[in-house]
Amino acid sequence: MTEQELITNIETAPETQEYFINMGPQHPSTHGVLRLLLTLDGEIIKKVEPHLGYIHRSIEKMCEKDSYQQIVHLTDRMDYLSCHMNNEAVCLCVENGLQLEIPERVKVIRTIISELTRLSSHQLWWGVMGMDLGAITTFLYGFRDRELITDIFEETCGARLTMNYNVPGGVMFDIHPNFQKRTKDFITYFRKKLPEYDELLTGNVIFTERTKDIGYLSKEDAISYGVTGPSGRASGFACDVRKRFPYSAYDRVEFKEIIYTEGDCFARYKARIDEMWESMKIIEQLIDNIPEGEHKAKTKAVIKLPEGEYYQRVETARGELGVYIVSDNKKSPYRVKFRSPGFSNLSALDTMARGNKIADLVATMSTLDLVIPDIDR
Amino acid sequence: MNFNIYDFTEFVNSIKLWLNSVLPPAAADIAGFVIIGICFLTFIVILGLSLVYIERKVCAFFQQRLGPMRVGFWGTAQTIADIIKLVFKEPLISKGSDKFLFNLAAFIVIIAPFMAIAAVPFAKGLHVLDFDIGLFFITAISSIGVTGILLAGWSSNNKYSLIGAMRSGAQIVSYELSVILSLLTIIVLTGSLQLSVIVESQRDGWWIFKGNIPAIIAFFIFIIASTAESNRGPFDMAEAESELTAGFHTEYSGIKFAFFFLAEYINLFIIAAVGATVFFGGWMPLHIGNFEFFNNIMDFIPPIIWFFGKIAAIIFLIMWFKWTFPRLRIDQLLTLEWKYLLPINLINLLLMALVALSGWHL
Repeated sequence: MTEQELITNIETAPETQEYFINMGPQHPSTHGVLRLLLTLDGEIIKKVEPHLGYIHRSIEKMCEKDSYQQIVHLTDRMDYLSCHMNNEAVCLCVENGLQLEIPERVKVIRTIISELTRLSSHQLWWGVMGMDLGAITTFLYGFRDRELITDIFEETCGARLTMNYNVPGGVMFDIHPNFQKRTKDFITYFRKKLPEYDELLTGNVIFTERTKDIGYLSKEDAISYGVTGPSGRASGFACDVRKRFPYSAYDRVEFKEIIYTEGDCFARYKARIDEMWESMKIIEQLIDNIPEGEHKAKTKAVIKLPEGEYYQRVETARGELGVYIVSDNKKSPYRVKFRSPGFSNLSALDTMARGNKIADLVATMSTLDLVIPDIDR
Repeated sequence: MNFNIYDFTEFVNSIKLWLNSVLPPAAADIAGFVIIGICFLTFIVILGLSLVYIERKVCAFFQQRLGPMRVGFWGTAQTIADIIKLVFKEPLISKGSDKFLFNLAAFIVIIAPFMAIAAVPFAKGLHVLDFDIGLFFITAISSIGVTGILLAGWSSNNKYSLIGAMRSGAQIVSYELSVILSLLTIIVLTGSLQLSVIVESQRDGWWIFKGNIPAIIAFFIFIIASTAESNRGPFDMAEAESELTAGFHTEYSGIKFAFFFLAEYINLFIIAAVGATVFFGGWMPLHIGNFEFFNNIMDFIPPIIWFFGKIAAIIFLIMWFKWTFPRLRIDQLLTLEWKYLLPINLINLLLMALVALSGWHL
């Protein structure tokens, strides 16, 4: 065949057709009822359109009917893996509005439990991430270690997942006498187990091949889409609320803000693994220094926030959670808005996944660590 | 009838003679076929059930849990309960699917390993098909399965199935090359494709030990390529449940799903059997040259136990892969084959020819 013939052959070849695939709302790797409308050319992704609304429970609207104490438990149901931080965000917002002085003990307890929640969330994420890439064993390993944290939670407040431990003014009960010992035991145990995570997944050739240079998100895109949390920090966006706007006891502990500049799936993975080490460091600094005192400041039975607007942000396991309350001096708020990290992180998915393959989309989604009820309040 | 666990030749012959004495020649032949067929069906069912159970237990122990424990002692009856459930389930056929091809696909997938298993030498004399191209027969027949997978994906009227089937087709066709080339490396030494000759040639030691470095390289390539060919993790691209829900068998239910499931495990057995026969001497006990004393002790263990022991070891290795590694991506998988395994294989084959010519092997 001459060169000219070859060229005409290529030109007259039948055109390939783009097609659509509905990934979800029931699909194993969307981790819930997220529906992605994929436009594909063969296996290459041309476009990703997330469709939301399958698990919308109108939490924000429900908040307008409830008292401030009741709002707290609704936030458990948003990002259930960082329930304590969600509770904390609402409580801090209300406390700021009331100009309430919070006992030191409460601040420290809240910080420790927040970090334990972050650890348990990242453990689950690690397991699920491995499972999404086909290494099913990691899932069970993640769960094995997470179990110990949920046991501590159960002893502390009776619940394992949606703890509802915070109340405006403090925490619901004082910590259990065993709390310090068990937490310390867990940290010693997990310091030994975390390198095992690296052995199983991080150093694996297949794993690095699957995640390096996949799902790239530039720093500019991360900022303009508002991608926060470990996902944003892996793109070089220094957005750790614990460092930038310290709350509770974060101003008195030393920890590193994990920042990677690669912006690919592997960087996001490493950011979370490193964050687990930092969380353990924070807990170790605080666990022996819980100040004596009340576990709860005195509040009125019916809380009425003075008229005005209040905003509080916290760092959940997924990123920055913002709580915006507008009050008209009644027993329930006039309007509540949650700025959930998952929603903003998901919005960047199209930019990250374009041009990659379906298998890469799965890897990208799992490094974004999506929790669907958080996206779809 | 004298039954000898070390040599089944006389036992099999005496059955044949007895059949011939009570039946006319044509009927005796047919009766022989039926008996062999029944034996294989029973064997395959038991094999499938036990492999599923073993897989569950192995996976459970890797994952620090117990696995099935409730049905029967240590959950041994769990797989039987599952099969009963699958048999009684309604076979759903989705709208718009090509019914004839949809049904046919499940049968093609299961027929291929059924036929291939006939050529496996289980022990001395316990060997149904032993002709001079035995190894070629196994590799050829077992690759028919891919048409079943492609048909399943095409006829399901489901995009996930179609992607899964296309992936699987590309994968199996590519890795077939590596499997055959790695087997050829040993064939250079044996000089025959007949499985009984291959086994007999390892009387003074297995090829993996005798064949110098090329044999070891060939074995590693064989294990990788055959894991890929049987669509098992880390190469389970075709199913990839986190990407394609269940790949080519997404739309199958009931007994037809069980066919796909069973076929995977029989394929696993055949791969392990071929690997054991070519590299580890099949049913041949471990012999070291002329070291009579040692050889006699090894001979004391019946060949059938040697054979299944070797198969168990290889199957365990493949299961170990599956429960440890993440899954590759389809393009990485094909890159691995065409850019790495195939060139290594060709050079290895050349190297083996050199070894054989210079007599560097034992």
